[in-house]
Amino acid sequence: MSRALVSVPTTARRGEVIEIRAMAAHLMETGHRTDATGTTIPRNIIHRFVCTYDGDEIFSAVLFPAIAANPFLAFTTTATTSGVIAFSWFGDDGSVQQATAEITVT
Amino acid sequence: MAFVLALVLALPCAGEAAAADRRSGSDFMAPETRAMQADDMSNPAMLWVADGEQSWHRPEGAAGRACATCHGDATRSMRGVAARYPAFAEATGRPVDLSGRINLCRRTHQPAPPFASESRELLALTAYVAYQSRGMPIAPPQDPRLDPFRANGGALYERRIGQLDLSCAACHDARWGQQLGGSVIPQAHPTAYPLYRLEWQSVGSLQRRLRNCMVGVRAEPYAFGAPELVDLELFLMGRAGGMALETPGVRP
Repeated sequence: MSRALVSVPTTARRGEVIEIRAMAAHLMETGHRTDATGTTIPRNIIHRFVCTYDGDEIFSAVLFPAIAANPFLAFTTTATTSGVIAFSWFGDDGSVQQATAEITVT
Repeated sequence: MAFVLALVLALPCAGEAAAADRRSGSDFMAPETRAMQADDMSNPAMLWVADGEQSWHRPEGAAGRACATCHGDATRSMRGVAARYPAFAEATGRPVDLSGRINLCRRTHQPAPPFASESRELLALTAYVAYQSRGMPIAPPQDPRLDPFRANGGALYERRIGQLDLSCAACHDARWGQQLGGSVIPQAHPTAYPLYRLEWQSVGSLQRRLRNCMVGVRAEPYAFGAPELVDLELFLMGRAGGMALETPGVRP
């Protein structure tokens, strides 16, 4: 199952402001709902998101149970160098979803 | 097309939008929601389409066949297919919707156990197949064997049900464009299924939407896969004939 969609421009000029968009498939179970038998469904959300550019962290976010399923984040950065932009989503269950995109800066 | 027009003209209801005034549900949405549907990188339903693409190539069942083994490249072989569904299935002697066709195919050709109704796997594969017809006009089959089922769907559309004693037509023909609570009532043209509904936080089928409406008028909803729901789907797709398919859509 594919777990994430990321959008990064493939090329940019040095110093240009670029928009990065990232969406991960996740239920974002709040921990406040009950199942058919009345048992509480344990909380299972993505609690942290980190984006690195050429190894350096450029954006991170802390997420909470009120955030909808399949969280979508968009942010901007300045294109500095050609390299890999890496995305990580950290789940309550210890899982880490990852995605990468490459950018060529001229 | 003439047949569809005849069908539309033959309907006895007063408020039914004329063919030229038909509007997709996306026309009634906020600009933000429309933008979300239009951009494949913001449209959450694309996560399901991507899953469906993987599923298309995965061998399954006793014969170890994938969808791609017989159907090849979906971007070519499945183009326009969703626009023609529901269609008549020889095996069952009645109409079958796209999800039903996928499960029939699984049972007979792979052979593998059918996916559960409304399961993520089935929605993903259906969304992937329907996505191949995005932008194409809905083309209801002219098969005369479908006529009695389409007529039954039309009768169900007109029939008042539930404690609120409402029919589909009472809202979607007579009062489209007006408000029901905070929501605008659309014309009930199923142009974008399966679609991502923000309220569901998930992709869902037209049957799920129909069942939602039935619960809304406090009627007992038909079970997933019930012949009545397929007949309704058949009638609605005929009513939307010629409109562009938007799958995978986003709705509020």
